[in-house]
Amino acid sequence: MSHASESVAIAQSVDAAPSRWEKFKESHYWHSFKKDRVAQISFTVFVLFVLAALFSPLLAPTDPYDLASIDIMDSEIPPSWSEEGEDRFWLGTDAQGRDLWSTILYGTRLSLIIGVCAVLLQAFIGIVLGLTAGYAGGRVDSFIMRCADIQLSFSTMMVAIIFLAVFQAAFGSELYQRLALIMLIMVIGIAEWPQYARTIRASVLAEKKKEYVDAARVMGFGSGRIMFRHILPNTLSPILVISTVQVANAIITEASLSFLGLGMPVSQPSLGSLIASGFEFIFSGSWWITVIPGIALITLVLVMNLLGDWLRDVLNPKLYKG
Amino acid sequence: MALLSIQNLEVSFGLRDGPVKALQNINLELNRGDRVGIVGESGAGKSVLGFSILNLIAKPGFISNGKVLFEGEDLVHASQKRLRQIRGDRISMIFQDPMMTLNPVLTIGDQMVECLHAHKKISKKDAREVALQKLQLVQIPSPEKRLDQYPHELSGGMRQRIVIAIALIMDPDLIVADEPTTALDVTIQAEIMELLLNLCEQHNVALILVTHDLGVVAQVTERTVVMYAGRVIEQGPTDEIIKAPQHPYTQGLMNALPQNCLPGQLLNQIPGSMPNLQNIPQGCAFNPRCEFVKESCLKERPDLQSTATHDVACFKVHPERSELLSTGNGSDVKERA
Repeated sequence: MSHASESVAIAQSVDAAPSRWEKFKESHYWHSFKKDRVAQISFTVFVLFVLAALFSPLLAPTDPYDLASIDIMDSEIPPSWSEEGEDRFWLGTDAQGRDLWSTILYGTRLSLIIGVCAVLLQAFIGIVLGLTAGYAGGRVDSFIMRCADIQLSFSTMMVAIIFLAVFQAAFGSELYQRLALIMLIMVIGIAEWPQYARTIRASVLAEKKKEYVDAARVMGFGSGRIMFRHILPNTLSPILVISTVQVANAIITEASLSFLGLGMPVSQPSLGSLIASGFEFIFSGSWWITVIPGIALITLVLVMNLLGDWLRDVLNPKLYKG
Repeated sequence: MALLSIQNLEVSFGLRDGPVKALQNINLELNRGDRVGIVGESGAGKSVLGFSILNLIAKPGFISNGKVLFEGEDLVHASQKRLRQIRGDRISMIFQDPMMTLNPVLTIGDQMVECLHAHKKISKKDAREVALQKLQLVQIPSPEKRLDQYPHELSGGMRQRIVIAIALIMDPDLIVADEPTTALDVTIQAEIMELLLNLCEQHNVALILVTHDLGVVAQVTERTVVMYAGRVIEQGPTDEIIKAPQHPYTQGLMNALPQNCLPGQLLNQIPGSMPNLQNIPQGCAFNPRCEFVKESCLKERPDLQSTATHDVACFKVHPERSELLSTGNGSDVKERA
C-alpha cells in the first residue's frame, strides 16, 4: 500500500505535463540551434525567402505578369543606386522593362514551388518504392533497385532535356508554356526518385531487423501497416536531411533547365529563366539582370544546404556532442 | 481438446551447405491455463520453438515437418490472413528486451490502440479506454499519463509491464514469453514474473515460458521441457525435474546453480559447449560433454522414454535400451559407422 501511495505522489509531482513548446525548448534541437550561429543565420535568411515568396503579390511594387503595366521604354534601367538609375526601380529593370525586384520576388516563388513540389513527388515515389524494396527484399528488392540504378545512370539533366525538348517539339511551345510548371515538377520529381529510394531502403534494412518489427508481426499486423506506421516514422530523419538538399538540387536543376530555354517561359520567369534572359545583355553592360537574380539563387541554395548540414549533424546521434 | 498441440515438429534452416535442422521431433501439449517452461542453453532452439508456434520463423528457416494445432486448427498450413487474425488476438508473445520491442517513435497509447484496431472495429475513445484498463491491470502508476508518453521516457521494468499489457490487450488464450526478464535487473525480474504469473492465473491464460533461468521456471511453471541441440531431452512436472533431474545435462544445469556452491568455490560447470547444429555428433548429441558416456551413447541416439515421474532421453536412465542395441543391432551400427 505504501508503495502505491508513494508512486502516486511521484506521479503528481511530475504531473505538470509540459506543453509541446516547452518540450521543444528543452530539446537537443533547440539547444544545438541556439549555439549554432550558421544555422541561425541560414534559418533566418531561408524564412525571409519563404515569406518573400508567400507574400510576393503584396511586397512587389508591380505585377511582372501584367503586360499592361510593363513599358518597353523602361527596359534595361540600372539599379537605383547607380548614376543612371531611377527611384521607381530599386533593382533596375530587365530587357522587357519589368521591375527586377518584383520579378525576383515572383521568380523566387516559382522556384520554391517547383523545388518543393518536385521533392514531394520524388519523396512519394522514392518512399513507396524504397520501403517496398527494403521490406520485401529478395527479387522485388533487386528489381526495384536495378531500376533505380538504371535511372541513376542517366543524368537528371539529360532525362529532363530529352523529355522537355520532345514535348515542346511534339505539342508546340504554346501548350508547353501553359504546362511548363507542372511539366518541370513532373520531370524533376520523376528523375530523382532513386535518391530517396536508396536512402530509405538502407534505413529500412537496418530497421526491419529490430525487435519492434517482430513484435508488430507477432501482434498480427499486415505488411502495409508495419511498413508505413512502424518502420517509416523511424526512417524520417534521413528523409528530412536529404529533403533539404534535394529541394536545393531541384531549384538548381530547374534554373539550369530554364537557362537552357527548357524551363519556365519568359513571360513567367523563375530565377533561372531570369538569369538566362539577362545573359544576352551581360556584355552590353546590363550586368544586373543576370547578377542580382543569380545572387538570390545562390543565397537560397546555400542557406538550404547549410540548414541541411546542420540538420544532419543534429539528427545523427553519432555526432552528438552534448 | 488441447489448446495447443505440437506434434512431431521439425524446423529447418536452408543454409548454403544444405538444410540444418534446428528443431526435431518436438511434441508438446498445452491446455487452457497450463504453464510450461522451456529451458536450455543458447542455441538449443528454445526461441525458434517459440516463434514456430506463431509460424513466424524468419527466413531461411521454415517448418519442414509436423503440426502445430491451435484448438485443432493447423497453423503450419494456415493462410497468412488467418495467421494474422490469430497472432496478437489468440496467441501473443512477449520478447526479451523491452527497450527494443516498443516502437521508439510511437506513444504507448498509439501502440496499444493500434493493436486493438488491427483486430476489431472499435472507436478511438473506446480503444483508449481498453488500453487504460490494461495498463491498470499491469499496475503501472498513473496510467493516463503513460498513454501519451514515448517508450524512452519510461524505465525498463515499466516498459516490460507495458509489453505485457499489450500482449494481454486482446485477452489471448496463450502467451509465449521469450526470456521476458533477462534484460531486467533482479529485483524487477521477480516483480515482473509475479505479475505475469498472477495475470495468467486470473485470466486462465496458458503460458509458454522460454528461459535459461531455472529459478524462474521453478517459480512459475507446472511443467518443464529441457532442450538440447534442437531436441527435447527431458520433460515432466517442474517439481520432479528440479528435485530429481535424470538426464546428465539437466543434472549439470542444476549443479551449475550458484546456490549449489560454497562461497569462494568455483562454480560447477558442464565442460565444453553445445555442438554446432551443422555438426551434431553421432549418437547422443550430449555425448562429448557427458561424464557417463558409454559406447552405446556414441552409436545410437536415445529416444524420449518415460520413467516413473517424467520423460528422459538417456541410456543411463534406460540401460535396457542400450543393451538391446549393443546385442541386437550392434553389427548393423558398426557398419554404418
